[in-house]
This record gives sequence, C-alpha cells and structure tokens, in this order.
Amino acid sequence: MPGITREEVAHLARLSRLELQAEELDHFAEQLDVIIGAVARVSEVAGQDVPPTSHPLPLTNVMRADEVRPSLTPDQALAGAPAAEEQRFRVPQILGED
Amino acid sequence: MTELIRYTAAETAAAVAKGEVSAVEVAQAHLDRIGAVDKKVNAFLHVDTEGALSAARAVDEKRAKGEELGPLAGVPLALKDVFTTKGVPTTCGSKILEGWIPPYDATLTTRLKDAGVVILGKTNMDEFAMGSSTENSAYGPTGNPWDLSRIPGGSGGGSAAALAAFEAPLAIGTDTGGSIRQPGAVTGTVGVKPTYGSVSRYGLVAFSSSLDQGGPCARTVLDAALLHEAIAGHDPLDSTSIDAPVPAVVEAAKLRDVRGMRIGVVKEFSGEGYQAGVMQRFDESVELLRELGAEVVEVSCPSFTLALPAYYLIAPSEASSNLARFDAMRYGLRVGDDGSRSAEEVTALTREAGFGPEVKRRIILGTYALSSGYYDAYYGSAQKVRTLISRDFDAAFAGVDVLVSPTTPTTAFPIGERADDPMAMYLADLCTIPSNLAGNAAMSLPVGLAPEDNLPVGLQIIAPAMADDRLYRVGGAVEAALNDKWGHTLLEEAPAL
Amino acid sequence: MSVKNLVSYEDALASFDPVMGLEVHVELGTKTKMFCGCSTELGAEPNSQVCPTCLGLPGSLPVVNAIGVESAVKIGLALNCEIAEWCRFARKNYFYPDMPKNFQTSQYDEPIAFNGYLDVQLEDGSTFRVEIERAHMEEDTGKSSHVGGATGRIHGATHSLLDYNRAGIPLIEIVTKPIEGAGERAPEVARAYVAELREVIRSLGVSEARMDKGQMRCDVNLSLRPNGTETFGTRSETKNVNSLRSVERAARFEIQRHATVLTDGGTIVQETRHFHEEDGSTTAGRIKDNAEDYRYFPEPDLVPIAPARAWVEELRAALPELPRVRRARLQAEWGLTDKDMQSVLNAGAVEPIQETIAAGAPADQARKWWMGELARRANETGTELAEQPITPAQVARVAALVAEGKLNDKLARQVIEAVLAGEGEPDAVVEQRGLAVVSDDSALGAAVDQAIAENEAIAAKIRDGKVAAVGALVGAVMKTTRGQADAARVKDLILEKLGVSA
Ligand SMILES: [Mg+2]
Ligand SMILES: [Zn+2]
Repeated sequence: MPGITREEVAHLARLSRLELQAEELDHFAEQLDVIIGAVARVSEVAGQDVPPTSHPLPLTNVMRADEVRPSLTPDQALAGAPAAEEQRFRVPQILGED
Repeated sequence: MTELIRYTAAETAAAVAKGEVSAVEVAQAHLDRIGAVDKKVNAFLHVDTEGALSAARAVDEKRAKGEELGPLAGVPLALKDVFTTKGVPTTCGSKILEGWIPPYDATLTTRLKDAGVVILGKTNMDEFAMGSSTENSAYGPTGNPWDLSRIPGGSGGGSAAALAAFEAPLAIGTDTGGSIRQPGAVTGTVGVKPTYGSVSRYGLVAFSSSLDQGGPCARTVLDAALLHEAIAGHDPLDSTSIDAPVPAVVEAAKLRDVRGMRIGVVKEFSGEGYQAGVMQRFDESVELLRELGAEVVEVSCPSFTLALPAYYLIAPSEASSNLARFDAMRYGLRVGDDGSRSAEEVTALTREAGFGPEVKRRIILGTYALSSGYYDAYYGSAQKVRTLISRDFDAAFAGVDVLVSPTTPTTAFPIGERADDPMAMYLADLCTIPSNLAGNAAMSLPVGLAPEDNLPVGLQIIAPAMADDRLYRVGGAVEAALNDKWGHTLLEEAPAL
Repeated sequence: MSVKNLVSYEDALASFDPVMGLEVHVELGTKTKMFCGCSTELGAEPNSQVCPTCLGLPGSLPVVNAIGVESAVKIGLALNCEIAEWCRFARKNYFYPDMPKNFQTSQYDEPIAFNGYLDVQLEDGSTFRVEIERAHMEEDTGKSSHVGGATGRIHGATHSLLDYNRAGIPLIEIVTKPIEGAGERAPEVARAYVAELREVIRSLGVSEARMDKGQMRCDVNLSLRPNGTETFGTRSETKNVNSLRSVERAARFEIQRHATVLTDGGTIVQETRHFHEEDGSTTAGRIKDNAEDYRYFPEPDLVPIAPARAWVEELRAALPELPRVRRARLQAEWGLTDKDMQSVLNAGAVEPIQETIAAGAPADQARKWWMGELARRANETGTELAEQPITPAQVARVAALVAEGKLNDKLARQVIEAVLAGEGEPDAVVEQRGLAVVSDDSALGAAVDQAIAENEAIAAKIRDGKVAAVGALVGAVMKTTRGQADAARVKDLILEKLGVSA
C-alpha cells in the first residue's frame, strides 16, 4: 500500500510554497495518506500499452497571427498590485540568485 | 410583481420583447428577491445592483428604439464567481482574491452582455471550484433552498441555489468533475456540462484546465438551451475552443420526442453507496423513457470504476500548477510583508493564509502526483485511465444515442456531514466525473423527490462530444412528461423561504 | 578563488579533458509575444506592454504565435535538426517573482527540433562539428530591478521592482549535446559556436540576436574528466554569459577552476555560477540539489503542434544560404586567403563588405576601407563594425571617387572621417571642404617647378637615373598643394620636366 509520510508532505508544502502549521501538517499527512492510498489504484493500468490522454480534444496547430493587440494600460496592470513603485510591481526582497 | 421571479427565462424574454414588462422591472424584482432571501441562502458573494439596472435600462432603450432584441435580452442571470467581470469583484470563493477587481471580461461575460442578459451578481462556490458542497467557500456555505441546513451541491452551489430560491431564472456554472450537474441534481434544477471546448474558458479562473467547462444552469430544459446557445461557440482567445457550429440545442429542447432513440443505462452506476430513493426515481425515469418510445439497453463501461481515482490525480495536478500564480506579487492578498521578510516567505505565508484546507490538500496532492519519481505511476497512469474511459464511451455510443444514470448517488446531505472527510465528499461526483475525463456532454435534470427525505433527485444524460443537442432532446421530453404527470414543476413543491 | 591562485591553463589541460554543454536562449524578433498579442518593442515604459495573459491574471489563456513556431522550425532546419511531427508545450513549474504564472510555458521531452549539428570554423581554418541536442520554444520572464542594495544587485536589496514587458517574449532554447574532443580548444570552440549560431539566426531573419541587448544569452556547462577516461565529471553551469569574449573566458576560467579543485583532491559541486566581466572569474550561485523538481507536464491550455511535412519542406527550400556556405562563396569571389577571410570574419566585416560591393565598389576597395580605417575605428571605440555611422553605399561612393581620380587615398580618408562625423554624403563633403584632387597640369606645373628649384640636389640625382628619389619631390609638391594633388600625375610631371622616362 503506497502512502505518504509527514516529512514528504512537509517537503511538498515547501515546493508548493505553503507555510503549513504543525497541526495542519499532521492532519493533512493523515488525510493525504488515505487519499493517495485510494487514488493509487490507477497504477493498475500502468503496465498496459495504452496511450495517455493529455487533451480531451483531438485538436492540433491552433495558432494566431503575429499581430499586435491592445495591451492593458500600466494603470490597469498595476491596479490590483499589493504595492507599486515607479510604475512597477513592488515586491519584497528576492532570495536565491546571486 | 413577485410573480416575475417565477417566470422562466423564455417567458421573461418574451414579456420584455412584447413590452409587457420592462427589463428594469424584471431586474428590480429579482434584486428585491435577493434582498429578501439571500441572507438565508447566501447564494451571492456580490450583488451588482448598479450594473444590473444599467444593463436592464440598455435593453429597455434598445426596445424603445425598435431594435431587435436577442432571445435572452432582459433576462437576469447569476454568474458563478469564477468568471472574470471587468470592474466587478471576482473572488472564486477564496480569501486570496478578496477585493480583486479584474481589468477584463471573460469571453462568456462578454457574450452574456452582448446578448442583453442582465448579470445580477456573482455567486458563491467552493473555493476555486474545489468541492461538492459549497462549504469550502471562504465566505460561508450556501444553503439548499429545499432545506437550508443541507448543502446545495458544489462547487456551483451558489448558482444552483439562486435558481431554486427564485433569485434568478438563469445561472452560469462550471463543471470540472460535476460542479454544474451535481448542484443541479440536489437543488431540483437543470444543469448542463457542454462538450469540452464548446464554451470558451477565456476568463474562467482555471481549476483543472483540461476538465473545466462553463455551462448553463436553469429551471427548465428550454431555458438551459437558450443560455447554452448564447454562451457557446468558437473563441480565438481559447486554444482549446472548438471551431465548429454549436449543435441546435434550442430546437432539440422543443422537440419533446424520444421515439426511436436508443438509450443506455450504465451498469456501473448503481449498487453500494446509492440511496434507495435515488435509484427508485432513476428506475422510474428509465421506465418513463421506455414509455415515451425510446429503446433502453444496459451497457457496461468497466473502466469507469477508475474514473474517480484518475480524476483526483489529474485535477489536483493541473490545479497545483494553475494556482501557483497566487503568490502575493501582482494581485490579491499579501500577508506578512513587514520589510524583513523575503518574497519567498511572503508568498508562502500568503498562500497559507489565503487558501482553505481543501485547496491546500489538492495543491499538495497535485504536487505529489507530478513529482519526479511519482509522475509515471500517478499522473501518467491517470492519463491512461482517461484513454480507457474514452474508449468505453466510444464503445457505448456505438450502440446507443445517449447514456443515462443517476446524477449523484445520494440527495443533498447536511452541511458539515462530510466537511472533513474528503473521501466521502469525493463520492458525490462518482457518476459525473467520467464525462469530464472524456470531454463529452452531459446534463442533469430533476426527476422527482426521494421518498425517504423529500429531496430532489437528478437524472444524468450523457451524449457524445458535439452531440449536446441529444441531451436537450431527451431532457426536454422527460421534463414535459413529468410536468404533465405532476401537474406542475418540481420546484413548486419547494418550501417557501 | 581568484584568477591568480588557479592551476595554469596548460597544466589543467595536461591532466584533464574538458566536456562542454552550451545552452543558448534566443529572443525571437516577432512583433508580438509568444502567447499573447502584446508588442515586443524594446524600450517601452514599464508595464505598458502587458495583458491578462502575459501578466498571468486569473482566467487568462495563451494562444501560440504562428511566427514563433515558424521561426523555431527555421532555426531547427538551419541547425540540421529533425523537426517533430507532433510535439507539445509543457509547464515547467517553479516559483520566481519575475515569472507571472510561476510556471514557464516551455517544451520538455517533445521539443520541436532535435538531433542536429552546426559546423563551426576555428581560427586555424579547421572545422569542428557541434552536435545539437534540441531546440525548443518557450517564453521569457519579466525584469526585476533591485532597490536598496549596492548597484542594483539582488544581494542586500530591501525590495525589488518588476516590469513584465519582457514576460512572454518568445525564446528558442538551443542545447548542444556534450561537446567532447575539443581539448585545449574548448573555449575557442565555445566562442566559435556561439558566433556561428548568431550568424545563422541573423541570416534566417528570425532575430537580430544582439548579445549586448540580451537577445541572445548563453549558459556554459563545463566538466572535466581525467585524460583518457570516459565518464563525465560533475558539471558547473555558468549562467548568462553575454558576449562572445565572455563565453571563451568563462570556459577557460572554469577549466582552470575545476582543475584546481580536482588537483587539490576536492570535488566539484553541481551548481550554477555567475560570470564576472571585470576579471573573467565565476562565483558560486545556487546549489542544484534534488529539491529542484520542475514537475513538468503537458500544457493543457495549448493543443499539440504538428508541423505538416509539406510545410516543413517549404521552409527548408526557402532557407537562405547559410553563413558558412555563403562565406566560402564570398571568399572565392573576393579572392581571399583563409587567413584574410578569417580576419574579415573576426572584424564582423562580411556584411558591410558585401553590401559595399553590391553598391558598386570593387571587392578589394570595399575590403580595404572596412578592414582598414573603419575596423580600426570600431576597435578603438569598442563598437561593432556594422554600427559605424557610415553606410556601405557611402563607402562605395568614396571608392568610386577614388577610381574616377577625383580623390586620392589621403583625401578619401578625410572624406570618410567627415561622413563619420556627420557632415553628410561623400559628394557634399568633397564640395564643402574643397577636397577634390588637383590634376590640372597648369596648376600643378608651378608647384612642380617650385619643388625642383628648391630641391636641386635631389633633382640632379633623378636626372642621373636614381628615379626612386622622385618620391621626395612628389612629397614636396603634395605639401604645397595641401595633399590635394593627384600624386601619380605629379610624379609623371616631375619626370617629364627632368627629362627622365619612368
Ligand atoms: Mg529554458
Ligand atoms: Zn500580453
């Protein structure tokens, strides 16, 4: 029976940028273990030679002409921003690179 | 004037067109009704009084000038809060979008406006359409007008409840795993999930892109058809939009004749977990179809038993990616930005505070299913199941015109009963999910009350992709026969609010 | 680790064999973004070229730019790739504030072009084949500027400001297979590959591929293995190396750095590194641990791309002559040695010379001016040759004036300087500055007589048969005429007057 550990859930929460509280983590780990146990049934078909369906429609090559369409105005673009400065989105310091 | 709220959409449009009533009077009657009952029902997250009245005035002015009005001009509608509306708040039932005012209209919103439909406001829903009860809304649950202590279904519980509470004759829902049909079934209303790709998703805030489909909700099959025709059709802004004529659904709804049609009863949708009263009404419906001249056969779709697990891998996977954009940088909620925290921390704190438990569960589940090492076993296998389900449908439709089943295994359950038991909640969509996975068309329509609890039961009709008209042909015939038999519509039996 | 403490390049190569991988991102020159109709014009004010789609607003959807796909196929064909019969976009999931959806719409295991190669020419005239793994379509990110720290660096900044005008601009990412066997020439191969790729992209007309404008950006992946062994070592990934010279320097530095670490018995960490123009060094960035999990899956909002074979063949047939082929043809036409052709290439003079010839100048004249005067000036000012403020047509006109005898070389140089200084067309400069050659015999006669009179001793030598001494008299005449005399005519006149036949 496949399952999921609390540590795995914590790792997944970090990957998906969720600052879970400790109790929440316990609770989710328990529930997800049950859910994953149930959905894992799909692997019954893993060995079958069946093509996967990623799109429900058999469409291909849907494209548009390379023609400029009106953009939003900067005011419209920034209207919903939690913070803005110099016509740009103001965000907290970015970690990572450098 | 209170009777105005009981008009069907078709009747309202006709009355407005003839000048028997003004669109403003119609809108006002519905706004008054919302004012009177929505504190109890909580179907609306936002009522756009000004917008509704000005849209109604525009219809009246058009009529005054002698311009031709469309078939739904002046008809009020309740819009699920998952479609963007320029200048009108759009929250998707989530705290993370509280106060967000989109700078653009969804294609569906534009089409409604162009048709002269009067948008009353935005309806309550499970957060980001994840749920089957509307209990997952950050803005409180919606009550089922048949019994306010029970769920109205979900995720589009607000839209279905608005219809059943006579707050609007038309509503829009979205159906990813049953979110139009299941609320329709438990509120005694009609709900249609059109063929995937026939209603534009541009401006529909994505839950699961390959499954989501907007569609009509109404109190009658004809009204649903009229709305279907208004919103469907090719949209170059949606790459998954079908560039082909919309099937003649209105014509089909008016036909009321199923003689010669072949109808398949899906064997897998019965047995354990199905409420007796639901099965009783379903069996009667099948019998009715026979009486009306259809040929009924039993069909088997064995891979449908894997539909639910496949759905709960595919939908959360796509959702985990679709919902990544809610990061507190460009719009929506921002929590914890005190100058000391990094963007990464602020994103994580905001998502923690802004998403409810079901959304978080699914984001984690989807992240898991897509992780390297698990992808093939989970996401990959789920996509194979999807192929198998489509093959089952193809095989079935080789022999029958439509398939039928109960829409839901049970009637509306009490609010709170399954709130923290995800697996129990997921069972509500057992019969509806295969059509989302295959992308075909399906309808739920009311076929009576379950004897044990006097709550509505829905009949699900499933048609092949781009044969949506068959839903309306069968649905229209069943509805007419039942209304004849009862001497009134089912909703007239609903208790007063 | 500074440049000084490193094992020497020669010592590094004595023990180790470098293996490189080059990833180049090219911004296409389409009018609109990859998935929306926003303009890609550079230099617009911040957040003025954004829409719901490229801003990642809830509900927005992408639609593929047809010219983006066409450009990708053209690049694939020019790089001798196979073109996929069916391929999909995929989402690459990771959070970063400059990426509006927090996934990049890219391609994963189904790139539009794969399995190709590019032959590049090295400075000694030999050819090196760089195998291409894939070329795929994706989108660019927005631009962040960091506030409150030192000189706009991310480190120490209090906050950042984001402009999403660049977000969604089409990118083609071109990835090589591991480049083995280049040995000590690895840095040169890296540079030559990027240079050749840039020429190919430009010749296709799909992008200007200006590295200084960020339209072409290169990541250099490098590892070392002990000489004579097969297994690849651990690689480092030096990001955003944005000039040809830097590509070469980064590869060279990393070879030395890896060798230093390995020689000391250390291990190389798989990490991204940043290149520093000032001293040519690299420093550590993010460590690539296994937490990095992009969770790729097929983009459900876009349908697959299935380039029709007939269309691909049409594009193949319409490909322009590729740079290497064209260069070989031009070299033959211009009659240049390999070495001369190489210096023309290095100077970036192929285009200007060709256009000058097309404007009517003889090949040798065109080459002379671009490789001489103008190349020197480009070098001095650190600018590209093609960007000098003079057109091939103007250079051709100067050459024509020389051929007509209206200008001599010295005057021609003055005309070119004046054109570069913005004084207008060559003819106007000649007119305004009065620079025409004086070849009128009567006007020159007096100057010649004067020169003979003032330099009797030299005149005598010439009369005695030392004709070579005539140069001194010519020089004197040129001086009195302030360079405007036709030197050849002056020489003839002097010899004539002194009764000597040339
Ligand atoms: Mg890339
Ligand atoms: Zn855009």
